[in-house]
Amino acid sequence: MGSTLHLVGFALLKITLILLVFVMGVATVLTWLERKYSAFMQDRIGPNRANIGKLRLGGLLHMIADPIKMIFKEDFTPSEASPWLYRLAPFLAVVPPMVIFAVIPFGPGDAFVISNAGIGMLFILALSSLGVYGAVIGAWASNNKYSLLGGLRTSAQMISYEVTIGLNLVGVFMIYESISLQGIIVEQGDVLFGFLPAWGIVLQPVAFILFLFASVAESKRAPFDAPEGDSEIVAGYHLEYSSMKFALFALGEFIEVVGIACIGACVFLGGWQIPWVQHTGGILLTAAEVGIFIAKVFFLIWLQMAIRWTAPRFRYDQVMRLGWKYMLPISLANILLTGVVLYLVKGA
Amino acid sequence: MGAHYVPYVPIAILLLLACGMMAAILVINSLIGPKPRSVLHNAPFECGVEPIGSARSRYSVNFYLVGIFFIVFDIEAVFLYPWAVLYRSFLADPSFAFAAVAEMFVFVGILVVGLVYVWKRGALDWT
Repeated sequence: MGSTLHLVGFALLKITLILLVFVMGVATVLTWLERKYSAFMQDRIGPNRANIGKLRLGGLLHMIADPIKMIFKEDFTPSEASPWLYRLAPFLAVVPPMVIFAVIPFGPGDAFVISNAGIGMLFILALSSLGVYGAVIGAWASNNKYSLLGGLRTSAQMISYEVTIGLNLVGVFMIYESISLQGIIVEQGDVLFGFLPAWGIVLQPVAFILFLFASVAESKRAPFDAPEGDSEIVAGYHLEYSSMKFALFALGEFIEVVGIACIGACVFLGGWQIPWVQHTGGILLTAAEVGIFIAKVFFLIWLQMAIRWTAPRFRYDQVMRLGWKYMLPISLANILLTGVVLYLVKGA
Repeated sequence: MGAHYVPYVPIAILLLLACGMMAAILVINSLIGPKPRSVLHNAPFECGVEPIGSARSRYSVNFYLVGIFFIVFDIEAVFLYPWAVLYRSFLADPSFAFAAVAEMFVFVGILVVGLVYVWKRGALDWT
């Protein structure tokens, strides 16, 4: 009994710190930062009006003003919609990306990961497959022609790029002989040829690039935002959503951004490993390792924002051609090449 | 507590917590938000005109095809995972190393044959 309470209490503490403080905090700040950064890239001022008296903080208060506004909006159900599916869809859009963080290690050992289940990446891939249901059920339940078009595009695009993500990670599993994120990170502590850290980005550069682009396509952000295409199908699958239901779709997207950054940092950037520093334990070193992991996550979040505001939207047939005719054959070739190279260097 | 379900307890707690939080947000929203005013107000958006027919009509067969390809390729990717994790221990066994590489070419080769087939049949063209 005591150990059960201990288990549950410890789990709740870690969930609070990782999910509620870090992930929700970063996702909330991103709602402001994304707009501010797009304004910076497009030479605009961006959001700056929310204020408390004279206090504006460069528009930082928008991230508090927006949820308050959303929660006071009308809770709206279109007359033609299937009411229960319509309410279910925002859940399916936001809950799977949140649960992904259960297996992401923020630091060495079992203390910095919510669940030390060894299934790691398999769990993440299973949940990201569930992510497609949120958009598709939302689109179908709305019973709106634009929504349905957006939902069709979403389903085809997300499942196409999921194949690429799945096949890309095979090369990583072959090299690090593990499917759990903690195992992959521990293996990345080695040093190659005396100076190169054995990170995924060094050993599998092609997989890293394909993973990054396929993940951006999974999260339906520009340049892969044909499912939302504001100018042609007026926001696609979440067209009929307003108030907090719409906010949950948006929140799910920002949590996905953080999730992709965390997975990318774990698999390809060495996770909490500091290059050329042996992991010996000790409080200071552990704190530095957690800090460096968070720095890597922020780097990948920045990269996703920069991609989003740099590239124009792909046309729908271009999205599908890129996924099936370029990225899929390249990831298959990557598996074969990795296998042959591992065979040739197995003595080394 | 060496039970095999122990790592999944925190995941279950996290799942319940996430669902509960999101449900609470939606319930609060529906309680304090304004109520719908008229029938027309709730009509589906269709560029300002009254909706013509239901949205749930027939759509292009290409979307079904993509769904089928996804199932084929994603299941094959999942079959590759256990093999990928064990690949280096296969290579460490000298009598089995070459067979492991050859099997990789056979398995991925079958995938490639399938991909070439759907490509040549034009199932990946969207024009």
